[in-house]
Amino acid sequence: MDRLLFGDNQFFGVNHMSEGKARAQSVRFQDIKAVIDVLDNAYDEGVKSFMCTTHDRITLVCDHMRHDPVRYKDFLFFPCMPYAHKYANAMTDHGMLGAIKRFLPDDGFFDAAIRGGMSLAKKDIAGITTLLVDAEMKMFKGLNTPVIFLQNVVVDLLLGLGFKEAFCIFANHVKSKYNAEPGFITMNMPKLLDVLEELGIENPIVCSNINKIGFRMCGGVESYERALKEKKFRAIAMSIFASGAIPPREAIEWVCQQPNIESIVFGASSRGNICSTKQLVDEYWL
Amino acid sequence: MIRLAVVGLGKMGLSHHAMINAHPDVKVEAICDSAGYILDVLSKYTGIRTYTDYELMLKEVMLDAVLIVTPSSFHAKMVTAALERGLHVFCEKPFCLDTKEGEIATILAQKKRLVNQVGYHNRFVGAFQEVKRLLEVCAIGEVTHVLAEAYGPVVLQPKSSTWRTQRQAGGGCLYDYAAHPINLVNWYFGAPTGVGGTVLNSVFSEETDDEVFSTLYFTGGKSAQLSVNWCDESYRKMSTKITIWGKSGRIYADRQECQVYLRNTAPIPSGYQQGWNTRYTTDLTEPVWFYIRGEEYSAQLDYFVKCIKEKKIENVNSFAYALETDRVMSMMIADAGKGASIKSDDALPEVKIRKKRFLFN
Repeated sequence: MDRLLFGDNQFFGVNHMSEGKARAQSVRFQDIKAVIDVLDNAYDEGVKSFMCTTHDRITLVCDHMRHDPVRYKDFLFFPCMPYAHKYANAMTDHGMLGAIKRFLPDDGFFDAAIRGGMSLAKKDIAGITTLLVDAEMKMFKGLNTPVIFLQNVVVDLLLGLGFKEAFCIFANHVKSKYNAEPGFITMNMPKLLDVLEELGIENPIVCSNINKIGFRMCGGVESYERALKEKKFRAIAMSIFASGAIPPREAIEWVCQQPNIESIVFGASSRGNICSTKQLVDEYWL
Repeated sequence: MIRLAVVGLGKMGLSHHAMINAHPDVKVEAICDSAGYILDVLSKYTGIRTYTDYELMLKEVMLDAVLIVTPSSFHAKMVTAALERGLHVFCEKPFCLDTKEGEIATILAQKKRLVNQVGYHNRFVGAFQEVKRLLEVCAIGEVTHVLAEAYGPVVLQPKSSTWRTQRQAGGGCLYDYAAHPINLVNWYFGAPTGVGGTVLNSVFSEETDDEVFSTLYFTGGKSAQLSVNWCDESYRKMSTKITIWGKSGRIYADRQECQVYLRNTAPIPSGYQQGWNTRYTTDLTEPVWFYIRGEEYSAQLDYFVKCIKEKKIENVNSFAYALETDRVMSMMIADAGKGASIKSDDALPEVKIRKKRFLFN
């Protein structure tokens, strides 16, 4: 994985600090062209991996990249699924079963119908999970997706419920069908590592908040530091600026001092910000 | 170890179950839901004991506490049954659709000295807690008016009928959305003396309200205006916000931040300055032991557990406080039924106008 991965929160009006900023970003990135321009900036600055939610609008980004394979030959997608709001809203409307049915492929191809129908009837989570993953992966067809992530809401829900088998099902399917590495996003990193270890998922890619002020690092900064030192996993640090609460230089200096971090995922809305983040990382990450 | 059961496994129930199951001081002994499917899946993959019959579960399983996360119309009966067995109860909001039943449950919990809490999670949001703290030190002087709002994208088209689309079952924008800002207003200023001008309007729903507007009157001339709409697609998710005007300043808060303007007449609290001040969630939020979807959801459950462990009956979200909010909602339903208080063709009382007099007349 590259040292710097590009995130997508800024494109979808996600800002943990201010609703006003979030709205300004929604307005700014309403036109997909604005999103693609920033991605182009990142790509041209050498930030070539895009960690993105399987939001409907990403389909447009995928189409754009597919149309120009020469320009984007090194562009990597790291899909993060599912886009939780889509399911949460569907669950409110149709109940859990109804929601699952809505997102299973309904274009009648035989495998999905059998796998889906039978799985639902037999309460076989493997069948349902793999179908949902396939549905989310459709938009990336023909594109390079070396790592596929399970979003934190789902990871942490499964972790809390003790629904451990789902992690194995996800990991195995991503490896076998997409020849990709499974990744897990979590707000409870030390706890998740224990479970992945117990399941025998070796050297997993785990993305979690890692920042100087301990913002959304459940279990506490010390347990994160211990995990980074002692556990065998491929750590990705996100929210390193804690939504802007830590000045960039201070944030990056601290993150770069932590052991065993493989990548940092960051969001930016301008070429200037991409450049300055990259420069700081080059300066502090030896 | 506190032995606990989760009752109702919809969206909220599942997330409560996951959070409380990860709590180091709690053992989830059983879960209960009317839908067998989700129970079977959880039982098959997590080994949890499951029930479709609530009474049977209460009879068979040794418990200390329950989380009631069922549709609102079941709350009163289920809460009472648990209290009668001596169990501590956490119940989702709104508390009871019938305030008489809510009163009985509240008195029963108090009499039996059991921990009783309702899931108004905004009281655990750092920014809203900061507002409470600022009001307690009179940071903006005497408060004259409050604007309490909530908007979000829940009902965006006509829908098929579920309990959430029927007011009788506890569904609709009033019970689901408006309850939150009303509860915050209750927390800050207590119970209103009356309500007026209530509009419970449908946008898409056939059997319930989608937008809610009302004026709440308080003693001393203070008032609050409520503006709530759950058909607003311009919001990515639910957003609750409070604006408070005082004689010495103004406070605005939502889940992420607390913005305060202090006039030079204000007693400036420590850490604040005259003029604009902004506090963000990153410095207002206390860490939690486990996170799924917002610190406040974890924090309220942890608080419930702490109250049980410390045998603390006073609760920031007690049944009694939730009942205040239920009462306001009942008043609003009654008020909305009356329509406009003055109609355009009503004869208006004559207004005496003081005629201008010339000085040397």
